[in-house]
Amino acid sequence: MPLVSAVVADRRPLPALPRPAGPYRRAWWRFRRDRLAMGALALFALLAVVSFLGPLVIAIDPYQQDLRGSLLAPGDAGHLLGTDNFGRDVLLRLVDGGRVSMTVGLAAVSVSLAIGGLIGLFAGYFGGWTDRILMRIIDVKLAFPGILLALVIVTVLGSGLEKVMIAVGIGGIPRFARVVRGSVLNTKGELYVEAARSIGASDRRIMFVHLVPQVLGPVITIGTFGLATAILSTASLSFLGLGAQPPTAEWGLMLSEARRFIRIAWWLAVFPGLAIMLAVLTVNVIGDAVRDALDPRLQTAGD
Amino acid sequence: MAKFIAQRFVEAIPVVLLASLLVFAILHLIPGDPVDAMMGAAAFGVGTPEQRIALAEQIRDDLGLNDPLAIQYVRWLGNAVRGDLGQSYIQHQAVTKLILDRLPSTLELAGAAMLLSIVLGMSLGVIAAVKRSSPIDAAVMLFSLGGVSIPSFAFAILMILIFSVTLGLVPATGSGSFDRLILPALVLGYEGTGLIARLTRASLLEVMGLEYIRTARGKGLHPRTILRRHALRNALVPIVTIVGLQVGRLLAGSVIVETVFARQGIGQLAINAILAKDYPVVQGVILLTAVSYLVANLLVDVSYGYLNPKIRSA
Repeated sequence: MPLVSAVVADRRPLPALPRPAGPYRRAWWRFRRDRLAMGALALFALLAVVSFLGPLVIAIDPYQQDLRGSLLAPGDAGHLLGTDNFGRDVLLRLVDGGRVSMTVGLAAVSVSLAIGGLIGLFAGYFGGWTDRILMRIIDVKLAFPGILLALVIVTVLGSGLEKVMIAVGIGGIPRFARVVRGSVLNTKGELYVEAARSIGASDRRIMFVHLVPQVLGPVITIGTFGLATAILSTASLSFLGLGAQPPTAEWGLMLSEARRFIRIAWWLAVFPGLAIMLAVLTVNVIGDAVRDALDPRLQTAGD
Repeated sequence: MAKFIAQRFVEAIPVVLLASLLVFAILHLIPGDPVDAMMGAAAFGVGTPEQRIALAEQIRDDLGLNDPLAIQYVRWLGNAVRGDLGQSYIQHQAVTKLILDRLPSTLELAGAAMLLSIVLGMSLGVIAAVKRSSPIDAAVMLFSLGGVSIPSFAFAILMILIFSVTLGLVPATGSGSFDRLILPALVLGYEGTGLIARLTRASLLEVMGLEYIRTARGKGLHPRTILRRHALRNALVPIVTIVGLQVGRLLAGSVIVETVFARQGIGQLAINAILAKDYPVVQGVILLTAVSYLVANLLVDVSYGYLNPKIRSA
């Protein structure tokens, strides 16, 4: 091949071909440019690391009572955020509460994802009566806005953190079901799905091998927002006395207990409130950026 | 138009029925017997155990609790349609009366919150859209993000701390007067304000990019006239949707806000009933919430047809 060798006479190695970037790599590239979102992500990572590793590093027990050192103002006697009515360190309890909030939040989102995702997948893929019946069941959630469905479920199950997990998880099912169903409806008519079917792939294989990867993007987005909602709902239910029970260090419960001391110890109410706010705000900002990064077309004007 | 309304109405019926079935199921799938709860400590130690069991059986018969579930459901639904939601186990009053006693307080709170979120939310949204990409815009967006991120109970306690405890401007708790309404309405309305502001902004920006707005500008209309007479009207459809959704949010949110501010309303009735396992009250409140939410959304659907003739014919 003289011609070619003449052209490539220069034997220096060619620059590496840029690997065709996959959709997630491109999304991450877009996400990285959003400075607010990167800040939020860093803050969230910090929160997660402190919540999960903190208790392993710090030797002091967040349940350790010290009645002589109760209701100390922030900064007193080495308690950075003060102590509560039992003399327990507020900062340590907040850290412990972060672990509770995140665990319950993630578990609740997993429940919504597993059940809602399957419902959406089946409804979208099989269509017809399966779709109609499944979606009518989902519609009933419409009648129970906000925290109401969780209240109903907690009424049936009784109070406690595990039950809140289930209740909040069930409350999130419709959102996942709808989004997954929508994506499946959009995708199942694609040529590659038809090709898979024509070589004899089973329904199960088409659904889980060929369709699931397609719905992953929107699922990640609503999963992120779902986590924010779950953290908020968990704290709300605990605040109402239906979630975590004393002496658990849970943010909503801490705020609820702080009400009795609001006139003498503002820090008991302010810091747990800030913690919930910060956690939820952070996750919401990340969710906004994830949505924009995964599907730039969805960006509304100026957002 | 009448056909459109009728169609929407018929479509809402199965959802109401399913919701009521779910509400009904709560009472009857819960382990434990309501009769035991009703007799409670009062019946304890009265008569022989055999007599007590016979009495409980008698009450069960009287209440129809021994009938098949399907019959009980139809009977409960029939009574509910006629406004009889049963008797509270704990308070020994009609559930309907308990609800009606507390309804005005909740309506007052929800109404004030709704008004606040519509007026403030739309104003902020319009300002943000007009001053797009300015610091004012950023501030409005941050404010509205706070609406969905700050839990109402934390915000409520913060408000009490600032305005009641520190400044002493308004009472922290209770209901019945205007100064006791300000803080709860502010707290309950914040989430809606944020959502409406965000949506107004997005919707307005979308409409402002359309051709007919360019035409209006081209013929030299005053920007304010364009905004008011041309853009805002068409931006209204999504805003009306979110206002409809707010009805549900407000009712659910009142549970928390009424608890924090110790207001005697529906929300507090519900939470106390849940804690006391007073299921007929829980059932009643939830059914009421579900129905009013669905009715609100029905009204929203109908108003679409009014706002946008294209939807009517579709």
